[in-house]
Amino acid sequence: MDKTVNQKAWFLVLPVLLLVAFSAVIPLMTVVNYSVQDTFGNNQFFWAGLAWFEDLLESERMWDALQRQMIFSAIILAIEVPLGIFVALNMPKKGFWASFCLVVMSLPLLIPWNVVGTIWQIFGRVDIGLLGYTLDALGISYNYTQDFFAAWTTLIVMDVWHWTSLVALLAYAGLQSIPDAYYQAAKIDQASRWAVFRFIELPKMMGVLMIAILLRFMDSFMIYTEPFVVTGGGPGNATTFLSIDLVKMALGQFDLGPAAAFSLMYFLVILLISWVFYTVMVNLDKRES
Amino acid sequence: MAWMAWTWPTAAFFAVIALLLVTFTVLAIKFPETPRTGILRIETTRGDRLFITLLGSAFINLAWLGIVGANQPFALLVCLVYAVAVFRYV
Repeated sequence: MDKTVNQKAWFLVLPVLLLVAFSAVIPLMTVVNYSVQDTFGNNQFFWAGLAWFEDLLESERMWDALQRQMIFSAIILAIEVPLGIFVALNMPKKGFWASFCLVVMSLPLLIPWNVVGTIWQIFGRVDIGLLGYTLDALGISYNYTQDFFAAWTTLIVMDVWHWTSLVALLAYAGLQSIPDAYYQAAKIDQASRWAVFRFIELPKMMGVLMIAILLRFMDSFMIYTEPFVVTGGGPGNATTFLSIDLVKMALGQFDLGPAAAFSLMYFLVILLISWVFYTVMVNLDKRES
Repeated sequence: MAWMAWTWPTAAFFAVIALLLVTFTVLAIKFPETPRTGILRIETTRGDRLFITLLGSAFINLAWLGIVGANQPFALLVCLVYAVAVFRYV
């Protein structure tokens, strides 16, 4: 039976559209306007054409920040996704301990970003922090404000601590939705643990895992608060990721034009990658059904 | 509106985008279509192809600016070729 398509329902999303217009579309349009102009304040603008875009495309500063950002996102995805799956596979399936694990796992997710940053900033201090003090007592030189490697390690471990639960919870939800019949069939075939994971659990988790990867990628690609609180982008520029660099440019130097051009390019990269993830996700869903 | 710092080129830019969106909405209502699968092996509708075209055009313009660095309007010609290709094959 063919249903007649009624597109009038779209009018019901009008309020949301209005809200989005004010919170996203109009600010974005303003950013586009700023990106082709120069200002010295006082709301006076001078036409600059594509000069800012040209400057930025040639500036090492932006490419370096982009590179650092890509490396950071790649590392945390490479750690959090396998770790999250591993945790989900080992969580109890039902009963008291299942609920207990769920609550404990969701705790880091409830903590605001700046608090996470502060926790790790203190935790890592050599004079009063448990981690910093212990490492120092063990004779390991660790100082995230001066050492490149220590700063990166701290940020990565912090992000893993904060967000692995999200991946684990999503993977857990995917695992819970697999009917018992699949496992019984695997048992009859005497499938190995690896085969069960490879041919039953992983394909069934694929949908939620893609969502987890998309969310983690987006969040890590836009990360600002935690590195700002812990390292402030240092030592030097070692942990100056895209958003930290952008804020420095827009609010630190008050270069509105270049900052606007920067944010537009940043936005385009995010849009492209999100679209790729989204398309892959939708197509996976279709292939499954 | 003064705080938005409008200029004629940016206004024209947004007008073109808005016009495209309206045109494609009208097209979708007047001539409904079924999605098809092209060389990217993903199902696309006209709207999807418009999105791919616009996003790709932004990157084409940036690439032209970064690599060639002069005669920016010619980048739009490349975009036009790209748009035709997207609507024909994707």
